[in-house]
Amino acid sequence: MTTSQNRITHLLLVVALAIFPLTSAGDEVHPLVAAAQSQRVEVMEQAAQSVIAMFGPQGEGGGSGVVITPDGYALSNFHVTSACGDLMKCGMADGRLYDAVIVGIDPTGDVALVKLLGRDDFPAAPLGDSDDVEVGEWAFAMGNPFLLATDFRPTSTYGIISGVHRYQYPAGTILEYTDCLQTDASINPGNSGGPLFNLQGEVIGINGRGSFEKRGRVNVGVGYAISINQIKNFLGYLRSGRVVDHASLGATVASDAQGRVIVSDILEGSDAYRRGLRFGDELVRFGGRSVRTVNAFKNVLGIFPQGWRVPLVFRREGEIWEVWVRLEPLHAPGELESILAGRPIGAPDERPDGEQPQPPGRGGNRQPDDLPAEDDSADAQVEEEPDAADSPAQFVTKRRGYANYYFNQLERDRVWDLLATQVDAETAATVWRLAGDIVGGGEFDLLLDEQVSQITLPGDVVEISVSDDLSHSLDPQGSGGLLAALSMWRRLLARGPDGYGQIYYLGTAPLIELGHTCDVLVGISAGVECWFYVDPQSGQLACVEMYPTDGVDPCLVYLSEYHRVDGQHLPHRIDVRHGDGPPYAVLEVQQFGFTVSPEESP
Amino acid sequence: MSPSPQTGRGQTPERRSTAGAFARIATTCLALHIGSSPLSSRAEDRFNAVFEEVRPKVVKIYGAGGFRGLEHYQSGLLISPDGLILTVWSYVLDTDYITVVLDDGRRYEAERLGADPQLEIAVLKIDSDRLPHFDLNEAAEAESGARVLAFSNLFGIATGNEPVSVLHGTIAARTPLAARRGAFQTSYNGPVYVVDAMANNPGAAGGALTDRQGRLLGLLGKELRNALNNTWLNYALPISEIKPSIDRIVSGELIAETDPATSGAVDYPVTLELLGIVLVPDVLQRTPPFIDELRPGTPAEQLGLLPDDLIVLVDGQLVQSCQTLRESLSRIDRAGGVAITILRGQDLLEFTFENLPDLLPAHMP
Repeated sequence: MTTSQNRITHLLLVVALAIFPLTSAGDEVHPLVAAAQSQRVEVMEQAAQSVIAMFGPQGEGGGSGVVITPDGYALSNFHVTSACGDLMKCGMADGRLYDAVIVGIDPTGDVALVKLLGRDDFPAAPLGDSDDVEVGEWAFAMGNPFLLATDFRPTSTYGIISGVHRYQYPAGTILEYTDCLQTDASINPGNSGGPLFNLQGEVIGINGRGSFEKRGRVNVGVGYAISINQIKNFLGYLRSGRVVDHASLGATVASDAQGRVIVSDILEGSDAYRRGLRFGDELVRFGGRSVRTVNAFKNVLGIFPQGWRVPLVFRREGEIWEVWVRLEPLHAPGELESILAGRPIGAPDERPDGEQPQPPGRGGNRQPDDLPAEDDSADAQVEEEPDAADSPAQFVTKRRGYANYYFNQLERDRVWDLLATQVDAETAATVWRLAGDIVGGGEFDLLLDEQVSQITLPGDVVEISVSDDLSHSLDPQGSGGLLAALSMWRRLLARGPDGYGQIYYLGTAPLIELGHTCDVLVGISAGVECWFYVDPQSGQLACVEMYPTDGVDPCLVYLSEYHRVDGQHLPHRIDVRHGDGPPYAVLEVQQFGFTVSPEESP
Repeated sequence: MSPSPQTGRGQTPERRSTAGAFARIATTCLALHIGSSPLSSRAEDRFNAVFEEVRPKVVKIYGAGGFRGLEHYQSGLLISPDGLILTVWSYVLDTDYITVVLDDGRRYEAERLGADPQLEIAVLKIDSDRLPHFDLNEAAEAESGARVLAFSNLFGIATGNEPVSVLHGTIAARTPLAARRGAFQTSYNGPVYVVDAMANNPGAAGGALTDRQGRLLGLLGKELRNALNNTWLNYALPISEIKPSIDRIVSGELIAETDPATSGAVDYPVTLELLGIVLVPDVLQRTPPFIDELRPGTPAEQLGLLPDDLIVLVDGQLVQSCQTLRESLSRIDRAGGVAITILRGQDLLEFTFENLPDLLPAHMP
């Protein structure tokens, strides 16, 4: 329905209501009111089907959640799942109790993804657009406040949106609510992890927090929901089964007397610094939003996962600069895991002004002090023996840095299967030769082999040994490591994920040049880290980002114009970028050759 | 107070017939609409337009506090285009540095124009113009059952240019607070709107209660806990109840402190010693003028003042600290006597001192 149609309908409704009093002389309800109410009842009945009441394996703890895919992926709060453990029980409105396993956690954002088991046709709630939500709009929360629902049918509370783009400081060391929705629909202990719906029955947020202060731990008209758009950004990361981190710009900001947001400190090793941001610069826009307060800056920063590239506009001496900045991790390697292992999250460390996460449990008395040690045991690298085939435990694999490594393998294999349809393994394992023109003049000839990679450019032949550590192989000069990047491309296709080295599924990240998000595999091999962007629509490898070491710009290799050659799908255009400025080179591939290397044959 | 305009009535016959035709079309369209798509909130009543209209009229106020559970912030309402702000009288205003932040993020240092300690309201002034504001002459009235919205910066959630919060609810009763005398720590005993929304959270005091068209109904009051059952009251002071006092404050009848520049000390002023009042030690920047003890045989003792009484008015003018009390007295000639109003518990009591001795006995030659 278009906006103008809406307006007309709305106008006519107003006119109609002016003519027909809402209540006529008798007890009859006006048909329009009755119709609107029965519709609301219908929407709520439908919405209730996807809401879950979550408990620990022995029925302990308690919170809420919502199923968002028919195969059972469901959202909740991290502070709910952390009290349940890796295996949980989820009751639904049909009265049945389902087993569920943890998938991925975002401790900073207080979000967890779990997967319910046993069905492929779970009623899934559609996700709305929380950026469209306006103050004053009706909304309703569903969940299991005070753990009332013994039959698992959720409680509904109805209210309006009291505020949007709210920023709430971290409770304790983590659990920061950025860009969240504020509602006066009652959010009480036990509601945590449950959905906030708009009147279309779309999920616009995940409830998890309230302002209480001195009136005890029951709702006082101020509840907060993590915006669903933030969660959408993180969803791919959460599906990776990892302990997902939030982002830092690599710079801190402060507002000055003129109400501007100014860079107050910046790390020289950060991408923001390399893109030109300096101490004293004024931030103008970040992530496409104008930034006039520190809160507004934090709101933008909080909705993006670490590793994403986000547009930043800043001003220096009246001049405007527009750059894309890759976000740094918020926590140092291992820091998040230490925090999780070391202390109960959000339990006793309550802020004096009263914004606290909702603890799960009856009346909020229960503190999640039985936070399970995530995966901090010394043998965390050892994968556990899967349990009996019918146990949910078979879907849980512990590994350091992961909430559940099982799902990383699942996603990694899914993406690899896409890639494997492009080039068959036999062809990939040969010696590759690519030749063609360089846009702007000249020709190139490229040889990629298991041991050696060589590129012939006008007036230059460069060769590297691929079996060595490549972290200092930045050849050809100025490319940032083109030969190393291409070698790792071949290595991935030739060896597959098991033979490549260490490889894991990162999640989804936008590839700006492609205009949509890609699945990202991160591979570590030959001393360098490569991010492989796989276009989920085509299954094609769209980009290889090769990071030789920390603190330097990657070599970016964009692969496009895929065509079929002898049964293989191959890119006929290779854009090479490094740092700012014009591309290092654009290669148009005219010839592909795949030959079995004589010295490699046994 | 003018009654609230009624909607949907008094239409001319011509308009009725046109509207009737529209209504028939509307019913048809709506039926089609409902039948073909899920419920659209766009077709429901929603308050975004009301919110957009009201939010620039509600301001964030920052002042004293910030320790021991005392918030240093509250809310306020713009009531004139040139920056008059209605708010509640509270410790937050007990400072020389009151900051007001408008909806668009502009910050101002506010001046205290005056206060009514009985109604616990105050008026501030910022130096600005052409501001969106509530016209108190157009404030509305509402009865029990009316649907309302509460706008305030409760919990100090909004900062800078962030908009204040809005809650929805219904008027549960319009009833005198005096009916609960003894239960609430307040000197206000007029009627209030009791609402079912959690309107009176920390920082909400001074916010707006409006009807669902955005017309001002009342001023959200200070947090009140019922001492009998430990519940918190959600309420607003009807504008009609406080309007006369606001007018007096704005006209200068009830002023916060006398400006020393306009009124000088007199030769034979009233002094605390003369009255026989000993205040608590003046240790803060603005120590509230509580009576510590009374000298035996002095007028104050004879009139019945007691230790722990808080002096709030001197000759009808507000005093907020020991220092301003002394300054006020210094401008009053003892020959004319003085009226002192004190707050004792929840009662405001006025004592009139007449026939004061010209000189203190101890100072007599």
